[in-house]
Amino acid sequence: MTDSLPTGERRQLAPPLIERGALGWMRRNLFSSWANGIITVVLVVFVGSILSSFLEWAVFTANVTAATGSECHGQGACWALIVEKYRLIFFGTFPYEQQWRPLVASITLLAMLVMTSDRRMWNWRLLVIWSVGSFITFLMMFGQIHIPLSLFLAIALLVGGVGMSLRKAIADAGEMNAYRTLAAIGLIGLALRIAGILPAWSLDIAPLSYVETGLWGGIPVTLILASYGLVFAFPYGILLALGRRSDLPLIRALCVGFIELIRGVPLISLLIMASVMLPLFLPSGVTFDKFLRAQVAIILFAGAYIAEVIRGGLQSLPKGQYEAAEALGFNYVQKTALIILPQALRVVIPPLINTFLGFFKDTSLVLIIGIFDFLNTANQALVDPNWAGFPAEIYMFAALIYFIFCYSVSRYSKHLEVELNRGTRH
Amino acid sequence: MAVEAFGSAPRVKVAPWNDPVVRGWVFQIVVVGLVAALAWYLIGNTLDNLNRQKIASGFDYLGREAGFEIGDTMISYSPASTYARAIWVGILNTLRVAVLGIILSTILGTLVGIGRLSPNWLLSKICEWYVEAFRNVPLLLWLFLFYKLIVEAFPGPRQAISAFWNSVFLSNRGLYFPVPVADPIHKWMGVGLLAGIIGAIALHRWAKKRQEATGQPFPSISAGVVVVIGTPALVWFAGGAPTTMSWPALKGFNFEGGTVIQPEFTALLVGLVLYTSAFVAEIVRSGILALHKGQSEAAAALGLSRGQSMRLVLLPQALRVIVPPMTSQYLNITKNSSLAIAIGYPDLVASINVTINQTGQAIENILLIMAAYLSVSLSISAFMNWYNRRIALTER
Repeated sequence: MTDSLPTGERRQLAPPLIERGALGWMRRNLFSSWANGIITVVLVVFVGSILSSFLEWAVFTANVTAATGSECHGQGACWALIVEKYRLIFFGTFPYEQQWRPLVASITLLAMLVMTSDRRMWNWRLLVIWSVGSFITFLMMFGQIHIPLSLFLAIALLVGGVGMSLRKAIADAGEMNAYRTLAAIGLIGLALRIAGILPAWSLDIAPLSYVETGLWGGIPVTLILASYGLVFAFPYGILLALGRRSDLPLIRALCVGFIELIRGVPLISLLIMASVMLPLFLPSGVTFDKFLRAQVAIILFAGAYIAEVIRGGLQSLPKGQYEAAEALGFNYVQKTALIILPQALRVVIPPLINTFLGFFKDTSLVLIIGIFDFLNTANQALVDPNWAGFPAEIYMFAALIYFIFCYSVSRYSKHLEVELNRGTRH
Repeated sequence: MAVEAFGSAPRVKVAPWNDPVVRGWVFQIVVVGLVAALAWYLIGNTLDNLNRQKIASGFDYLGREAGFEIGDTMISYSPASTYARAIWVGILNTLRVAVLGIILSTILGTLVGIGRLSPNWLLSKICEWYVEAFRNVPLLLWLFLFYKLIVEAFPGPRQAISAFWNSVFLSNRGLYFPVPVADPIHKWMGVGLLAGIIGAIALHRWAKKRQEATGQPFPSISAGVVVVIGTPALVWFAGGAPTTMSWPALKGFNFEGGTVIQPEFTALLVGLVLYTSAFVAEIVRSGILALHKGQSEAAAALGLSRGQSMRLVLLPQALRVIVPPMTSQYLNITKNSSLAIAIGYPDLVASINVTINQTGQAIENILLIMAAYLSVSLSISAFMNWYNRRIALTER
């Protein structure tokens, strides 16, 4: 029996033609049953006809070179409009010869975001990246920067205070003394400044002509509103989330009230409030830049949503972590900053990025109160009577830009989710 | 003895500035004091500013004549109506678009979410790209695109596209179609519809009870449909079956008669539904994926049909995962409907914005907006939480 089995050349039969290669793939994925086959055919016809007429419009009969809108009529897509207006769409009404400045600012902002996405940078380097990047961005946008003395004093107080509470019983005497000195300089200096004894000195850097925020527009505005919305809303959201989880009843009530109030109303009502109500809140004579008002509204709005995401992370930590930190003799600041937050934040990074995407898209609402973000400058490109009647081209172009940004960020968030769970994956 | 000593362990005496309870209260009083001081300062400034700018305060303006037109109203309204009426029109418009948006985006989102799980590669890819395309672009951009497309791509009223033997007209002024002329019987038909719905729910409960007691099934769903449709139909027959219709017809530059779905409303609804359904699709998909495969196999092994296993076994379990995130999507639709102001649909925010511009009373009006949205949001949350508790897993 055994020697009847061929031992030498064993012929391996390939699977039948219909089961392998492209045919096999189609059979498995497109025609696995009668119903599936019908769905496939209907979809191919339907999508094919839409796609072919879209390509006909967007590619084959499109006009890229027309000099005015009237040359475009009766044809396909008028991409010539984009060619004509791209500077307006990207940079708004920023002085035309100076538009290299918003370009540099946008590239800086994007570079900051890309560098921030690298996990190797998630330490003191972030602080450096954002300080240097912000300096370049605002120097480019404003053209001139005046840093008041009180800002340096406030930073000294902040660094000293945080160092004193975080490094308590960890740092040696020399380091502690350095923090104490910093905090003391900041505190005394600020007190003297408020009392009016110290003069209103400021560091002036003015290499370029000044451009006020009312002339800003386009990509840099959208990027600034979203990025700085996140930068300021993040620590604020952490405080709100900690407050909501606090044992102190009054603090908890304040935080719950604030979070639920903000989450219960639309962003538009906050923006309208920032544009018509905020001026009433301030003493007469004090004015407040419209751009800054919108930025404040976005920070307040984003803070409430970020707080809820972070609360999810805080709730996912087992109680033992809190108890272990207390058993080690950590005070509240040390326990929170060294034990709790590093673990809680790690869990919520992917949902936080999705929240960021949400309000990146929501920054487009500022056009309601007359700020020229990217969507609003795209709208402005439609106003020109020479180019009337091509809304689809402009909006599709703007949609493409938004899509590229949001899609890459959401891919990054998915990638990060896998990366961060690598240690705990089953 | 030992237990007693343990229970009443003497508190360690600490200095008050080291006692966590004392520290906690001091900290809280300081924070609340700061917040109160800030509020006091802001309110003081505000009163000052209002005095100087001679802006009245209080809600007296609500009773005054509004004086502005509203293009799309569900209840009778004219510029001679009061501000209160104008704001009420806005609230109704917000609710109309929010309710329709919630229903339609749930349906579309569920279809797309199930489509993404289809074994058909083409269908699942198309659904995937649908989701990616809509949720990665701001809603406001979609609204502008749809609105401009409707207004610029459709012909004017004189060249309107007509269908169904010149009874339905589609133009850049909206979709005109015939409606029955108002008749007192319509009110009673509404009452009949309500009674029908209550009757159908009662019938369903009775059928369920009977099946649990005797094992005999009753087609309560098809019977329910008959009851819900039949009751108002009976009322209509009893009222003499009025069939007079109001037909739209071209008069001058626009249509008269019939009723109209306006382009602003259409653009807003289409934008909201397409955008939100992309998020709903992801929620539905993750809800279904969260179920173990054994559930559908067990249902099949028990001899349930595919429809039965979906309705009785799979859906109730998937809903537990789906309902909480769905609640926040419903809240989002309601809040996002405020983008209406950008394309000129007269919703609550739009009405109030005009009111602010005319009266200058920003604070009262913004309080009104917040109160209105908060009450709508809280009612949706309350309803969804009630529903969530009902479908939640009942454990020992």
